[in-house]
Amino acid sequence: MSEPSKPQGRKFQLPDHLKVYQNVWVIVEQERGIVHSVSLELLGEARKLADKLGVEVGAVVLGADSPALDRICGDAIGFGADIVYKVTDPALADYRTDPYCRVMTDVVNTHKPEIVLLGATTLGRDLAGAIATTLATGLTADCTELDIYADNRSLAATRPTFGGTLLCTIQTLAYRPQMATVRPRVMAMPERDDARSGRVIEIRPDLREEDIVTKVLTFIADREQSEAQLAFADIIVSAGKGLGKVENMKLVFDLARVLGGEVGVTRPLVQAGWATNDRQVGQTGKTVRPKLYIAAGISGAIQHRVGMEKSDLILAINTDPNATIFDFAHLGLVGDALTILPALTDAFGRRLSVNRMAG
Amino acid sequence: MHIVVCIKQVPDSAQIRIHPVTNTIMRQGVPAIINPFDLFSLEEALRLKDRVGARVTVLTMGPPMAETSLRKALSLGADDAVLLTDRKFAGSDTLATSYALTSAIRKLAEEDPVDIVFCGKQTVDGDTAQVGPGIATRLGFEQLTYITKIEDLDLASKEIVVQRRSEGGVQVLKTRLPCMITMLEGTNTIRFGRMDDLFRAARYELKTWSRDVTGAEEGRVGLKGSPTVVSKVFVPKPRAEKAKMIQAEADTPDAQAAAAIDAIFGAQPKLADDLLARAAAGL
Repeated sequence: MSEPSKPQGRKFQLPDHLKVYQNVWVIVEQERGIVHSVSLELLGEARKLADKLGVEVGAVVLGADSPALDRICGDAIGFGADIVYKVTDPALADYRTDPYCRVMTDVVNTHKPEIVLLGATTLGRDLAGAIATTLATGLTADCTELDIYADNRSLAATRPTFGGTLLCTIQTLAYRPQMATVRPRVMAMPERDDARSGRVIEIRPDLREEDIVTKVLTFIADREQSEAQLAFADIIVSAGKGLGKVENMKLVFDLARVLGGEVGVTRPLVQAGWATNDRQVGQTGKTVRPKLYIAAGISGAIQHRVGMEKSDLILAINTDPNATIFDFAHLGLVGDALTILPALTDAFGRRLSVNRMAG
Repeated sequence: MHIVVCIKQVPDSAQIRIHPVTNTIMRQGVPAIINPFDLFSLEEALRLKDRVGARVTVLTMGPPMAETSLRKALSLGADDAVLLTDRKFAGSDTLATSYALTSAIRKLAEEDPVDIVFCGKQTVDGDTAQVGPGIATRLGFEQLTYITKIEDLDLASKEIVVQRRSEGGVQVLKTRLPCMITMLEGTNTIRFGRMDDLFRAARYELKTWSRDVTGAEEGRVGLKGSPTVVSKVFVPKPRAEKAKMIQAEADTPDAQAAAAIDAIFGAQPKLADDLLARAAAGL
């Protein structure tokens, strides 16, 4: 285990045989023809890294050949890719670790990217761990910041550590590619540029279904989308231990309803059983970036902060004027959330309904 | 059937504090626990043992003090326990860790072939979720992560049917043993140990294996065997500007709420328009 230390490894120079590895890749996650938003966010990030390195952005799109897959290849170019590796085979229709890993390691070994990025989703984490082990290279999970060390062109992957109490920057030295996963909504969604052009390289791996042990029997789509709603909500009202008791959770739900927003919570509330873990915002929960984040009775532990600090506007309400949350909120209100929340619900309700009558 | 459950002893991360002056981690007095995610996998292994009969071996890599976590697992019903401990393992990243653990699983398999390896979904201290897939890849086992339910296990045909959480839904997968499974949290509740297991756990003679015992190559463990290096550890920078504190005209909730709303709409005029438009549309 490492204790806080001075930067090291930046002077390291890459051996010649690894210098042939070039370009920044994103493995584009698509299931049933729908591309995961994190892949587009990563293309924006890959674009920045590639521009610093003076190399190209590659997007790898895997699946069964279909018009939907072609559309995704076009999206990848619009969002920043110069080259799309379109890998198609009927056996890739549904995600399965073994064929995806085999195909990806082949494509990496053939085209030799220096950086490979994946979303830290159930698919991305499952696949990244398998690929990195097969290639015997370094993989850094759940990065919150990616950069290039100018001295030696290596990837500086920063992530929270020790349960989110500290950040650490991790490098992969004498191994290529350098791999990293990034959670959804940690990076900004880039603007799509339809004027961009790129080339598509078609790859047909010719898999044999009988060689693949695992079969997908069915897929049961979620009926309830509460997770997605929290992750993509424009407005989130979040509660921390400062709410005192579970009965007071009603106050955040009331305000969220008036604002048409969603309710988030800190980890201690999930642990206390006040809310289900699909509402948890933070390092071990969801990362969110709403237009407005109201933090009620939240002290501002880093565990929570890393999940919400990219929100456009953060209003913190806390009785303690020295609470850490005021260090990174945009607006602070020292006071009792238990009385201010209902007052906010009333006041917002009045202002919004007045306008409805006027409109 | 032989099941190996990999567990990790972790500091209770909810209780870690940073020293305000030196910015170092204050480990003193932080209790060590079994990684909470591992308990869902351990419980599932014990349920399989109850259902179809199995020998459950718990395996951990860590310092000698990790023994307490192994004894805890034994007291819950695990049959055997192996502590993989060696100074040479110190500083291992996930690639080196999965290599070391795999060397121990291979050694266990020499005596009694391993059908299922369970790992935690991820740890609460490292949060990588990489060691389980690393072990599966090295062993050539089918990889089943984020499992919510084991629907069926047929020992004769060695077929297993599981439900796997994926983005937007659940995959029902059918595969063959051997496999590596990580259970999703909340899928079961860890049992209470029985009194006789508690006594057995206290008396149990742990297998303590060093690198030499498992035959792990020296160059592939520890810092030497780790492709990643930590180049910097730091406390997150506070935002350049602290929060703008809202001053209400009176010390009443209504005045504070009114001032807060003015401040919100002042900072984000577009948000006010959006909200008003939505309200006007009756949403």
